[in-house]
Amino acid sequence: MGWEISSVARRFLLPVLELLAVLFLVSLGVFLLLSLVPGDPAVAVLGEGRTPAEYDALREQLGLNDPLMTRYADWLGGVLNGDLGTSLVPPQTAVLDRIASALPVSLELAVLGLVMALAMALPLAMWSAYHQGGRADRAIGAVTFALLSMPSFLIGLILIAVLVNSLGIFPRNEWVRPGDGLAGNLSHAFLPALTIALMEAAMFTRILRNDLVTTLHEDFILAARARGMSPLRVMVSDALRPSSFSLVTVLGLSIGRLVGSTVIVEYLFALPGMGKLVIDAANQGNYPVVQGAVLVIAVIYVGSNALIDRSYGLLDPRTRRARA
Amino acid sequence: MSTPLLEVVDLRTVFHTTRGDVRAVDGVSFSLMAGETLGLVGESGSGKSVLGRSVMGLITNGATTTVSGQVLLEGTDVHALKPSARRKLWGPAVAMVFQDPMTSLNPVKRVGTHLTETLRRHLRCSRSEATERAVDLLRQVGIPEPARRLAQYPHELSGGMRQRVVIATALACDPRLLIADEPTTALDVTVQKQILDLLGSLVAERNMAMLLVSHDLGAVAGRTDRVQVMYAGRTVESGETRPVFAAPEHPYTEALLASIPQLSHPPHTVLRAIEGNPPDMARPPAGCRFAPRCGRVGEDCTDVLPMLSVVLGPSQREGRREVACHHPVLTDPVLTEELGHGR
Repeated sequence: MGWEISSVARRFLLPVLELLAVLFLVSLGVFLLLSLVPGDPAVAVLGEGRTPAEYDALREQLGLNDPLMTRYADWLGGVLNGDLGTSLVPPQTAVLDRIASALPVSLELAVLGLVMALAMALPLAMWSAYHQGGRADRAIGAVTFALLSMPSFLIGLILIAVLVNSLGIFPRNEWVRPGDGLAGNLSHAFLPALTIALMEAAMFTRILRNDLVTTLHEDFILAARARGMSPLRVMVSDALRPSSFSLVTVLGLSIGRLVGSTVIVEYLFALPGMGKLVIDAANQGNYPVVQGAVLVIAVIYVGSNALIDRSYGLLDPRTRRARA
Repeated sequence: MSTPLLEVVDLRTVFHTTRGDVRAVDGVSFSLMAGETLGLVGESGSGKSVLGRSVMGLITNGATTTVSGQVLLEGTDVHALKPSARRKLWGPAVAMVFQDPMTSLNPVKRVGTHLTETLRRHLRCSRSEATERAVDLLRQVGIPEPARRLAQYPHELSGGMRQRVVIATALACDPRLLIADEPTTALDVTVQKQILDLLGSLVAERNMAMLLVSHDLGAVAGRTDRVQVMYAGRTVESGETRPVFAAPEHPYTEALLASIPQLSHPPHTVLRAIEGNPPDMARPPAGCRFAPRCGRVGEDCTDVLPMLSVVLGPSQREGRREVACHHPVLTDPVLTEELGHGR
């Protein structure tokens, strides 16, 4: 009986506790890192040329004169109550509101980019692996390698130059929120998402192609062929799933990474996303916004990877825990 | 005599590698009647598995492979077919049982899926019909609780059970020819006999022809009608199983048989292994491929490649026997006595 309880605890409680511990460390890291960043928030808020007394009064008001641990406890208390503080720079709105308006842009970009990347990478990788060593394989290898070695802003600039400026296929004006018309939103999101997708697709293609090549040498592939299955059927039904572990791992890392690090793409396409929010706030010394945004990005990162960890069982029955 | 189910004529499979052309199968011929079992024996690297796969057409002409000669399966040349037409044969006409059941079942597919996808591909039957047939097939290969097994994954089954699943999958579409490629090599000794007995009884029930590829002479001895001994991609001896094993003509066959440990030997007898290794198939010796390892080697052996020919000698009385040797064990008694091979 006692064994059963401990096995339940092991399966459900332990991962949750693990996750909470990681999140706690993340929050501590975020807080400490930004407290070590040079620059006086009081100067950032009031501007230069005020009296020391004025700066000091503001510091007192913001609680910056309290000991570090007290400040962390206050901040964490706020976070747990859903209060990430208030922006120091006008408009002095709640940090949570700023994030709430920036996050959907980044999430949309990341998800759309990854979906497009997968839509390109899966067929390319399968085609490449099937013709291993052939002309198509080498061509795909060269193109993906070229894409990977190109900085993302270059890809974005080329896309803008060709598709917006020369051909005029896509509009170039302010970001349209999905609520204000899905078609307008998608036509604006397409190019930045494509910029992201091309980079990711290049990486996904190479990873999946290599794993597929290994899998295709397995006996069970020969056995499936010997049962009269077509090459496409063997590829999709037999080879793809056992070959997708590395891809899924990288995909999980990409989700978290893309939400916070598409700054260049966001700048290039004038998108009000998370990357732009963080960089602008950091330049202004607006530390509550930076702290809040970095925390949210970190939580998404940890959360998406926790989900990926759970998904291995779906891919491979051998990694599932034995059902008692 | 009726026409054979399978006729292989001068089959050659050459792999073009960076080291040169590797002649894995180098001019092999045989035929097989329905209901007949032929054993293909030889050491590892003698080209047995490649021969089996070439017969099936799994290995065929490609960028790095050349297959020549003919494989006539029920009169159709397997290698002359378009790939899509050839795939239609795999299941209903010819099927293969692979060596290692640990690796020849897809680890992420349920046992049942292996069976039903094959059934549905070839027989175009409904999902429920396929499931019904799958249960029946698992029962036929002696798997207890077949309905429950369908939902299990390969790793949840033992090695012997998995090989039974592999056999059931091969039999799914009632093939006329079964190619068993070392079907017991990866299994425990106790399970080996069960699997061989199962294959034997299934072949008899269904009047199938079977090509049993094995390096295990014991497995081949009691379960085949005829045997073909392979060395370096060539047939060195062929004939009815019992007389070949009782009185081998080719020195290689003789050496293979001598290398089997016998219970009648006193303890700690040194096993008579065959000295040396099979030749590099990219650079085979000029004359007889076995000459460098042969105890009966003569001058002509290293120069002239012996051709397979019908033996006219003592062994002739027991069925047709062919051997590719300049100095066969029984029919060249002078040399036999000179060498002191008192038989």
